Amino acid sequence: MSDRADTVRAYTVRLELVDEPGELLRALEPIANNGGNLLSIFHERGNVTPRGHIPVEVDLEATPERFEDIVTALQDAGVNVIQAGQERYSAELTVVLIGHLVNTDLSDTLSRLRDETEGRVTDLSLSAPKGADDVSSARVRLATEQGSVESTLSAVRAVADEKDLRVIEPLAAGGEA
Amino acid sequence: MDLAIVGSGVVGRSVADLASDYGHRVTAMADSSSAAVDPDGLDVAAVLDRKETEGAVGTADPEAALEADYDVLVEATPTTLGDAQPGFGHVKAALERDRHVVLANKGPVAERYADVMALAAESDGEVRFEATVGGAIPVLSTIEDYGPGKISAARGILNGTANFILSRMAAEGLSYEHVLAEAQDLGVAEADPSFDVEGTDAALKCVIVANVLAQGAREYTLEDAIVAGIEEIPPSALELAQEDGRTIRLIGEVSGGEVRVGPRLVPRDSDLAPDGTRNIVQLETENAGRLNVSGRGAGGPETATAVLADVGRLE
Repeated sequence: MSDRADTVRAYTVRLELVDEPGELLRALEPIANNGGNLLSIFHERGNVTPRGHIPVEVDLEATPERFEDIVTALQDAGVNVIQAGQERYSAELTVVLIGHLVNTDLSDTLSRLRDETEGRVTDLSLSAPKGADDVSSARVRLATEQGSVESTLSAVRAVADEKDLRVIEPLAAGGEA
Repeated sequence: MDLAIVGSGVVGRSVADLASDYGHRVTAMADSSSAAVDPDGLDVAAVLDRKETEGAVGTADPEAALEADYDVLVEATPTTLGDAQPGFGHVKAALERDRHVVLANKGPVAERYADVMALAAESDGEVRFEATVGGAIPVLSTIEDYGPGKISAARGILNGTANFILSRMAAEGLSYEHVLAEAQDLGVAEADPSFDVEGTDAALKCVIVANVLAQGAREYTLEDAIVAGIEEIPPSALELAQEDGRTIRLIGEVSGGEVRVGPRLVPRDSDLAPDGTRNIVQLETENAGRLNVSGRGAGGPETATAVLADVGRLE
């Protein structure tokens, strides 16, 4: 993993919100305003903390510097930040899959990547220049945990192998290369 | 030094041609069917001319070159797998006569490294093989100078043909078949390109590096390498890589006891994404970070310079 300051990374922030209208929006504003890119929001409405707050898990992308600004801005806005900087999805993995992607049910491939790897598909590009019946390529970006890159990659290999797809792996898994 | 050159292909002929520039004399030269021997030094120009016009370097039996007077045997016969013959036999014959051996042929050190080293241990002669990895690039001597024990990994582009094909496909959006035909027209790919495009050639070089890095603690052969080639890569895959600021290159890797060759995603601006036939090797060193050596990885004069550098090291 490159530790250059301008590298965008994925972060998970756990927030506790008071159960009042507009609270969620108020919590998300500092993220967008500080250059963070929201990836997903998991709002556990039925699950209340012992203090009567609602836990919200937010996945976002930002450079390390901006991420610090985001956490500060959240705290300044009075949002209770339970966990920040513990990067649940801190490594990124891009692979290119080659083969009969369409005929082997691409959406099934993707859901299996989601279910069977420790990562999450954050981006997909498909190129099937000769139509669905011919060989096509897909670029898949997975967000995963720092220590799980190798196991995520093995899971990708296993799914691809089963569907007779070829995996072009990154040189240093999860790394800069 | 007096050289006996066994193998009169592109590399063997270039070594003969350049030897006198480096202060050496060629006393014997052999191809698969004949040999020319002269203890006072061959007329290299005449031998090469004869090879070109008559298809044979001389009139003597090829074995005569092995029995000739020489200080260094230059083994430049084609690389063979498995028992690595006849190259291995040539190495054995020279070492048993306490002569030095300089290899351009990958077979003996990729497939029978331990056997070669055992013969060398018993001999007053030494074995060197700089030319087997990366052509003109000083890969093995850099590893030797730096200390194999202080290098944790090596990776790189070790096949110019595969790199040429992938970089052309990426730049022009052309199919593999189209670019391969173009490479064959340019003389960059051989009529039968399988050794290059299937990754075997790069894998043999990686196996040799792995053997050098292991320092005898473990022997590697081609069987230990995980190898994938580039034939099935469609232009669409390169295009998707490109959109993401990356490209695909055939990369060989020696790391953590594993030898692996296959197409990999690398950043477009990476050192490991050279264009054309250029080769590069990247060493992960203990005390000096990453060390890159790059240059021409194949070709007659290029490989001959590596052979002659080895001969120079034996003086």
